[in-house]
Amino acid sequence: MSTSDPTTGSATTGTTATTASSTGTVRVKRGMAEMLKGGVIMDVVTAEQAKIAQDAGAVAVMALERVPADIRLEGGVARMSDPDMIEGIIDAVSIPVMAKARIGHFAEAQVLQSIGVDYIDESEVLTPADEVHHINKWDFTVPFVCGATNLGEALRRISEGAAMIRSKGEAGTGNVVEATRHMRQITADIKRLATADEAELFAAAKELRAPIDLVREVAERGTLPVVLFTAGGIATPADAAMMMQLGAQGVFVGSGIFKSGDPAKRAEAIVKATTFAHDPDVVAKVSRGLGEAMVGINVSSLPADQRYADRGW
Amino acid sequence: MSRVCPRISGTPTAAGKHCPKKVGTVPLTVGVLALQGDVDEHRNALSDLGARPVAVRRPSDLAGVDALVIPGGESTAIIKLADAFEMTEPLQHAVQSGVPVLGSCAGMVLLAREVLDGEPGQTTFGGLDITVRRNAFGRQVDSFEEDITIAGVEGGPMRAIFIRAPWVETVGEDVEVLARTSQAYHADKVVAVAQGSVMACSFHPELTPDRRLHALFLQRVKGRSGQ
Repeated sequence: MSTSDPTTGSATTGTTATTASSTGTVRVKRGMAEMLKGGVIMDVVTAEQAKIAQDAGAVAVMALERVPADIRLEGGVARMSDPDMIEGIIDAVSIPVMAKARIGHFAEAQVLQSIGVDYIDESEVLTPADEVHHINKWDFTVPFVCGATNLGEALRRISEGAAMIRSKGEAGTGNVVEATRHMRQITADIKRLATADEAELFAAAKELRAPIDLVREVAERGTLPVVLFTAGGIATPADAAMMMQLGAQGVFVGSGIFKSGDPAKRAEAIVKATTFAHDPDVVAKVSRGLGEAMVGINVSSLPADQRYADRGW
Repeated sequence: MSRVCPRISGTPTAAGKHCPKKVGTVPLTVGVLALQGDVDEHRNALSDLGARPVAVRRPSDLAGVDALVIPGGESTAIIKLADAFEMTEPLQHAVQSGVPVLGSCAGMVLLAREVLDGEPGQTTFGGLDITVRRNAFGRQVDSFEEDITIAGVEGGPMRAIFIRAPWVETVGEDVEVLARTSQAYHADKVVAVAQGSVMACSFHPELTPDRRLHALFLQRVKGRSGQ
């Protein structure tokens, strides 16, 4: 991890500075994600929903025009949300506000940085804008979170400057099976590196299509160099508890809350189940009487072009 | 307590580092509030200094702790979970009864007498006669790091990481100001304070390998318990 670099986007450095003050450093970006650990980040489409999320104990909200379930339903091209709508949510809550940019759409990311969102999700839930390149995230002061289905994908995103990773899962399905697959894959890939010798690390880097330095770092630490959350299909407190026990450091819930019968109650229940993921008595207690969960979709019945997890390269 | 060091991490190689001589012969047991936030980073810092960190999620976890750490995180989420799991009153009581506490960022907010720009009715654990302004330095794009000189920390300034950080707006008579910002856009803001056995900072000493602020805290704990 780099230490202070006075040249990295230092809007606050005074001209007479003797001790350089820097914004947008690696530690400031990755550190922001550390502060979200053990928490739940909720998709919201209105200021009212954002307040419900905050009152339920969300650590951040993801501002977007349509939750993934509706994007699936309505089809068409899904893009960055209207800045007015995002600002309305920023004004409504005091917790961090994230927003989504299309994969590769660096101009959308520039807009989101300009209006002051706290984290950008370069997200496969939106329609990709570039089928070869992801955004060069080192260019930005605002940090990015990106999705991954395996360790190689996670490390490619980190090499492009992502400061946080989430397993992709399959957003908007209410079906946790893909999130499980991706969390298990990422943690299994990390475990395998931890037992590899130096020669095997070179082969692993080639196989993972990831930079050797990052591969070596993961092998030494036994974890990613950034925070790992889970996403895509989490709909119940038990879903959240399972993902935390599988190694997630926190949870994104998209359609699962505001597409359910009693969003406030479900939101609070998922927050509690995330903190007490290892205490089945708590998870049992908060799972009672939550009303209707969102209607689920069987991922195996989705046509290939409707599988968001396949987007990203 | 026996000379055999308790194994926190479960790995035999890690056991040795829990019992150096730095903090006296008996390792201090330090509870880290583990409802949400960067709990592990504080635990690592405490372990490095020879203390024994334990996670605190339930009132019963407070038994036997020599000191407490309130980590960085989202203060609104932490206080809601503390309320829901009946931790707020036991923590308020612990602070009032003189258990030494260190808070960073959200931890500072949660130890303040009064919170500005908080959510309506946002309660705290108390302990510091200060008013704190939440997210005072701005949004994440304004988050920054800079060198900070801290009273009581020897060996030059520390690199301090400020993330959507609060600052201290007013301090009571008994509050000692330990550090102010220097060259940032918002200069001369109070960012570290102490009052009796309670210490807090706006920044995140747990995010860098520099352990001097945690060491200062443990020294104060030791001084108090006469070790």
